[in-house]
Parts: sequence; C-alpha cells; structure tokens
Amino acid sequence: MQPSPDIDRVFAALADATRRDIVQRALLTDEGVSELARHYPMSFAAVQKHVAVLERAGLVAKERVGRRKVVRTRLDALRIAQQQLDRYEQLWRGRIDRMAALVNEMEDRP
Amino acid sequence: MTVTAVEKDLQARILVLTAEFDATPERVWQLWADPRQLERWWGPPTYPSTFTTHDLRPGGRVAYHMTGPNGEQPHGWWEVVEMQPPRRLVFRDGFAHEDGTPDDTLPVTIGRVTIEPIGEGRTRMRIESEFASTEAMEQLVAMGMVEGLTEAVAQIDAILAEDASQTERSRS
Repeated sequence: MQPSPDIDRVFAALADATRRDIVQRALLTDEGVSELARHYPMSFAAVQKHVAVLERAGLVAKERVGRRKVVRTRLDALRIAQQQLDRYEQLWRGRIDRMAALVNEMEDRP
Repeated sequence: MTVTAVEKDLQARILVLTAEFDATPERVWQLWADPRQLERWWGPPTYPSTFTTHDLRPGGRVAYHMTGPNGEQPHGWWEVVEMQPPRRLVFRDGFAHEDGTPDDTLPVTIGRVTIEPIGEGRTRMRIESEFASTEAMEQLVAMGMVEGLTEAVAQIDAILAEDASQTERSRS
C-alpha cells in the first residue's frame, strides 16, 4: 500500500529543479535510479536522495519491471497538486458568477 | 460567459481573470465598495460572508467572517494598498484567527482589481491575484514549479490518451 499524497510534502518535494526534472523524466521513461543518475552532474547518492524525497511525498514509486526496479511518477499525486492550484481559479470564477447575478438583479430594478 | 479570459503567469506567480459585465464601471465598483453587496458574492452560498469592518481607503482594513453549514466561522482580512474609485483597488487578502488577528500560517495573496468601460454600457473587470505568502505553494510557484507541473499534467493526459489506444503499460 502506497501512502496517499500529502500536499505539503508534494509541494516541498517539487521545490527543487532536479526533483522536478526527475518527476518529468519518470513520467516518460522506465529508468532505475542508476540510469536516472547519469542525467545529472551529481553523485549517484545525491540522486538517490532526491528520489527518496519524491518517494516520501508519494510523487514517485519504485516498481519492478522484470528484474529491474524502475522509478515511475505517480499520476494521482501530480493531479492532486494541480487540483490545489485550479481550486483558486474556481474560487474566483464562483465569485464572478455571483457578481454578474447581482449586477443583473440590480439592473432589473426600476 | 461572464469570465472572458483566464491567464496564469506562472513566473510572476499571478492568476488573472477577466470578466465583462452589462453594467457601468460605477455599478461594478459598488460590488466592492458596498459591504452589503460584497457579502452577497464573496463567499459561496453555503458559506455566506459577513463584513464587520470595511474601510477601502489606502491603509484601511476590511474584516469578515464566513459561516459554514456546521456553524464554523472562518475569518479573513484585507489590507487596502490602493484605491481609485471606480477604477482600481489593490489589497492584501489573508485569513485570520477568531479574534480577527491575521493567521500567518495561511497564504496571503495580493488582489489587484482594475475596472474599465468597454463601450455600450459594458465594463471589463480584471482581477489579478498574486501569491505573496511564505507558504510553500507560493515559494514553489515563484520557482516555476507550477509551470513544470502544468506541463507534466498535460504530458500525463497525452500519455493516458496514448495508453488507451495502445497495449496496456502495466501499473500496479
């Protein structure tokens, strides 16, 4: 059972450019930690640490593919983060709809 | 459609909504300037808002609370930065404790409202919201995370669409 994404951890984990890049990469490829590490000018251990932060945030999970362990982005965690941001837009859309209703109501008055 | 455009300037941490109303700028301004009208749109119908302080002069404070379906009362505040009736209002918008003091643990945004006539008795209102807190989300938006995330989600949707038409890529 994987932990459900915790929004604060998700955002904190994404606060780093390397980790954001890992998330993007792990969406599209099936690479293990050592393969991922080759893309970055840092040690294997450093990349492993970044992957661990992402894993704790529920943004990536290691999955077994045959005999290999690959790092994959978890779509549900990303979606939750996106939803948080969209919520603010929805808040204002609701307000504007109510403003329009109010303006129209005022116009109908004699 | 009242809302005519939504822009997300992610580098600048800004969300912009543009709306058009069949009304004059003065009338649209009243939606902000008259607390009784403000109360009718600020909170959703399930969380009606009550404005207890409402001073839109620069430096002025606005205090309100909303009342939820179970009687809970979240409080909020504005601090007015700029006011030019009926054209412009700039305010900091945050949450407050029960006693009305600002709750610094919750995000603060800066709202910039611009109201302009567009002819034929119609008015365009532009609301710009800028995340301005030390909250993690705000910091991350500043760092361009949202942009990456938006791209990532677009990628996900493309991948899922592709997946649907291809052999399944097993995911446990």
